[in-house]
This record gives sequence, C-alpha cells and structure tokens, in this order.
Amino acid sequence: MSKRKTPGLNTGAMSDISFLLLTFFLLTSSINTEQGIPRKLPPPKTDDSKDVKVDINRRNVLNVLVNFRDEISVNGDVILVGDLKAKAKEFFANPTNDPSLPEKVNKPIDGIGDFAVSKGVVSLTNDQGTSYNMYVQVQNELQRAVNELRDETALQYFGKKYDALDSAAQRAVTQAIPMNISEAPPMDYSNNGSN
Amino acid sequence: MSRFRKDSKKETPELNMGSMSDIIFMFLFFFMVITTMREASLKVKFQPPSATEVQKLEKKSLVANIYIGAPIAKNENTLPPGEVSVQLNDQTIKAEDLKADVRDFIGTEKESRDAQDRDRLTFSLKVDKDVQMRYVNTIKQELRANNALKINYAAGKKVN
Repeated sequence: MSKRKTPGLNTGAMSDISFLLLTFFLLTSSINTEQGIPRKLPPPKTDDSKDVKVDINRRNVLNVLVNFRDEISVNGDVILVGDLKAKAKEFFANPTNDPSLPEKVNKPIDGIGDFAVSKGVVSLTNDQGTSYNMYVQVQNELQRAVNELRDETALQYFGKKYDALDSAAQRAVTQAIPMNISEAPPMDYSNNGSN
Repeated sequence: MSRFRKDSKKETPELNMGSMSDIIFMFLFFFMVITTMREASLKVKFQPPSATEVQKLEKKSLVANIYIGAPIAKNENTLPPGEVSVQLNDQTIKAEDLKADVRDFIGTEKESRDAQDRDRLTFSLKVDKDVQMRYVNTIKQELRANNALKINYAAGKKVN
C-alpha cells in the first residue's frame, strides 16, 4: 500500500486566482508619477537685504502681466497664450542683437567655450483673481521657450538634444541659457471685495 | 521503413501549471509594489491643469503634497470667502490657523526626512485648475517664509 502515489494537485485553478488578482491590480493601479513644473521660490526676506534694489536695465526685462480675466500682456501689448512662447524665445535669444532686447555678456562656460549669455529677466505679475490654470499655462509657455532654446544650443554644441546629454553638458547648457523668472507681488484689481 | 512512427497510444504529457502561477505571482507582486496607495484621502476637488513641459519628480519619498481646491464635503474648513479649502495631510485647515498649520506641516515633513534629504524635499502644490491665484499666493508666501523653497506645480501631461 505504501507504493500508492499522492495524486497530483491541479494548480490550474491557482493560476486562475492569481490572474484575477493580477487583473485587479492592473486595473486599479494608476502609476501616477508625480509630475509638474518645478520652480524655486526666492529665499525669504531678511532685514539686511530689505533695501537692496537691483537696477535692471529696461531692455533686460520682459514684463508679463496676467490679469483677473486671464488676459496676458507682454511689455504693454495684449497677446494670446499661444504667442507668448515666440515672444519669450525672441526675448531670451535676441538673435539680431536688437538694442530693445536684452544685452548679452560673454562668459566662458566649460564644454562650450565663450558664450553670449543673455541678461534677460522675465518679470511675471499675476492678479489675485487670475485662474491657476492660466498661471500654469504662462509658466509652461515660458518654460517651453527656454527648453527650445536649450535644445537648439545643445544640438549646436553637443549634437544632441538637451534631454539626451549627460549631466555635465546639461549644466553647461543651463548656464548658457539661464531661466530667470522673477515674480512680482500679485496685484488685486478684481473687485471681489476680499483682500 | 517509416521513420516517423505513429504510436497512437502515447498521450500528450500533462502541462505543469505550477510554474505559470509562479510567474503570475511575480507580476502580481510587481504591481503591488509599484502601486502607491494614496495615503491621505482627498477632501478637495483636484483636477490638475495640463501642460506640455512637465517634468517627473525624482523621488516620491521626497515629495510633500499640498492640495488646494473646492471642498468636496459641505462641512470642510474653507478660506474666506468660503469656496476653496487647503488640505494638509488628511484634513482641511482653518483660515485663522493657516500660518501655524503650514509652518507645522513643513516642520514635520522636514523632520521625517534624513538630514541630507531635507534640502531636496519638494512641496508639490496640487491645485485645482479653477482656483484663483490668491489662495496659491498665500500658500506660496507661507512656504517662502518657512524656507521651503523647492516647489512644484502639479500638472498633467498634455498630449498634442
């Protein structure tokens, strides 16, 4: 009697169950990667830095205003979001050395050599009543302008797009095309009564 | 002389299903590990704006979330004039406690990280796209005052 074999377990059903669990997790899981537009806030005001006012030449500033009706004006001209990228790109690049666009300073940069770095600063002012969506769109367009310029510079000096570069080259390109956004304190022209 | 003999008596061997379930289990564990259960239940409506230039954040453990949006339940705390709530951890905060609560939140989030990671801690602003900037500006001011300077405007990827 000891020779009797134990009957083989049918494990097909087990794989069925684990398939069920697998599909459950497949459907319910959202691989929600944290993504967004990263920004750095300026360091908090200290008493000794209170009265320091940096004199910036008018030509070096691109005034971007977003009002409570989500309308955008750039240096006084009302434009649409779609045109902001082109404006910002022209402002940062200044390909023709136009005297009304920001000046450039030659700086030695590792891996690139001498590069005319723009001194342009985007001054972004929003209204308290601006919608967050429009604010993100504006930030996005500015980022897009800088990213395209960085891609162009990267292609020119390293033959690859910015994302494909190693970190040292990326740092060099970032130095060549800095992104300077300064956020002015928000205005409040919307007549909501609060604030 | 037939080289291929057909012996009809031979049965097809039974397939061993055991290893298949092993593989399925491996998949299962993989998915269980990579899925993140949301640690705090959302108390506010949050629909992120979409943008083209979004970047992925490096490390999930180095992200602290601040939700701003219209409250889902009626009895949540709101900021004046009463349409928007700010959620830290798992509760909405009162308008009069805003400063203290945000400071405590930043403090505890920084405390719970290693010393070398504290500067890399990112505060992700998960703001509903319909919210007015005044609330975001208030929170940004508090973040700045408390030296939490690395922020992120959460946005979905726009597909062109």
